[in-house]
Amino acid sequence: MNIGTLENSELLAILPEILLAVLALVVLALDLIWPSSRKRELGIVAGTGVFVILALTLILSPPQGDEALLGGMIRHDDLAQIFKVMVLLASALTCLMSVDAEGVGRKAEYYAILLASTIGMTLMASAADIIMAYVAMETTSIPLYILAGFLRDDDRSAEAGLKYFLFGAFASAFLLYGLSLLYGFTGETGIYDIAAAFRFGEPGTLPLLVAVIFVAVGVAFKVSAVPFHFWTPDVYEGAPIPVAAFVSVGSKAASFALLMRVFLGIFQHQPQMWAPLLVVFSVATMTVGNVLALPQKNIKRLLAYSSIAQAGYTLMGAVAVYASDNGLGAASVTFYMGLYVLTNIAAFTVVTLFHRATHSEEIADMAGLSRRSPGLAMAMLLALLSLGGIPPLAGFIGKFYLFSAAVDAGLVGLAIIGVINAIIALYYYLSIAKVMYVDRSEDEDKPIEVPRPYWVVFGVTLVGIIVLGTIGAGIGFEWARQAALGLPGV
Amino acid sequence: MVPLWMYLVVSAGLFAIGVYGVLSRRNAVAILMGIELMLNAVNVNLIAFWRYLTPMDVSGQAFALFVLVVAAAEAAVGLAMIISIYRNRQTVIAEDIDLLRG
Repeated sequence: MNIGTLENSELLAILPEILLAVLALVVLALDLIWPSSRKRELGIVAGTGVFVILALTLILSPPQGDEALLGGMIRHDDLAQIFKVMVLLASALTCLMSVDAEGVGRKAEYYAILLASTIGMTLMASAADIIMAYVAMETTSIPLYILAGFLRDDDRSAEAGLKYFLFGAFASAFLLYGLSLLYGFTGETGIYDIAAAFRFGEPGTLPLLVAVIFVAVGVAFKVSAVPFHFWTPDVYEGAPIPVAAFVSVGSKAASFALLMRVFLGIFQHQPQMWAPLLVVFSVATMTVGNVLALPQKNIKRLLAYSSIAQAGYTLMGAVAVYASDNGLGAASVTFYMGLYVLTNIAAFTVVTLFHRATHSEEIADMAGLSRRSPGLAMAMLLALLSLGGIPPLAGFIGKFYLFSAAVDAGLVGLAIIGVINAIIALYYYLSIAKVMYVDRSEDEDKPIEVPRPYWVVFGVTLVGIIVLGTIGAGIGFEWARQAALGLPGV
Repeated sequence: MVPLWMYLVVSAGLFAIGVYGVLSRRNAVAILMGIELMLNAVNVNLIAFWRYLTPMDVSGQAFALFVLVVAAAEAAVGLAMIISIYRNRQTVIAEDIDLLRG
């Protein structure tokens, strides 16, 4: 490790992180200067600011290839860039959808903590060293614990925060123990140094297996894979709705980046150890997620179980990451996470607005939504159909890539289980659509207001879902594939 | 000199005690203490590995320092949450904090 003078290219590689930190301070400063009548604009400043950061990142900070930067701590390659775009998008849209959310929308510290968590996520996407990976993961998680429990006086939010914290800290201690063993086996902390040391099966099967299991527990918790999913529904139900959205997309996308680069990267020469484990995770996750989603009455709990199931599909692609050298596995995971970010944000934004107007999170209360607000019902329908995998929306093409990556890796049985699960999932997605469009309610003459910032959110997400499902699918997948081929060892 | 494996045994023992604490305790503060024990077990591991395997390279020490910092941040956030729950509900027993389920 040698961190001396910083090169310009190294500063550019962490440009989004630097700008996010500045933006967080700006938001805090504006909170002090502005009168309370302008506090609503804090969220708009934060959201617009992240969009600007996203644009600057794409323009000024192109991927720099394979070189390890900042003393080997990070790599600024295509994979990092794509996942940075995803988490920045998730963060910007979450800021905008928080503007009129009760209890959080006018608090500068809420946005500052959210931006701090985003910094952690962008670092998770580029970490190339186990120390960096751990610090980035905690920089993501600790602010998320605070955000989940942000409504201190709301018992359910406080409980969600505490549960998320206790389970999260427990799981990350397991991950950390695994990382300390990796350091002990090799004396190295760089991911690819460790992988090179493990190349010929050093230091033996049993120690390696122990390390694989410890690290896998930590990562499985982060992506809410069964059997480490039990925190998910409670946290999503109790946390403020925009926070639930952010946990479900930002944290999950960053965790999949970490899974592919760190976990699979370190153990790339031992697929026989983690492949069966990931297959079991994948099958259990999608099946349990879908089956438990069926009886849910609360829309946030349903979306929680749906997000568990989505993680299960994505794990199929992760199994295939090192199975062949065409990059199909990593590319399908990346592409699916990208469209999942857009889709889930759209769904949660509808829930935010619905909750704001009715103070209800029950699916049954969404009856007649198509008459109260045709636009909202349409947005929800598009999001649900994309989650369910109906063409021409992005969810279909994303699932297609995941299934074909699994088949390509010789896991035909896994792909078949995935297809069966996708059909089960359609049932509960469509039953929400039925409630919105067919069921009647007494409040049908009360329209639901959609404030201006939310138009932007719907604009970005819905156009994204449709474009990624049709004309943009090829371009998007090609970029993901290029990123996948940049992963050493693929 | 004490051989490396002895440190690893102590560390594994600490970690196991921590896990047992987390799983068996009902008090949220005691669960947090279990988690802290697990993190300290990791630190024993890291420092022992550093001393015996790569004494010329600081990465093991740096890792242990980061773990300490993160553990402090985690404890601060966790205790704050436990206090805020205690204020509203007068309990820190994890099983009684069960509004969310299903």
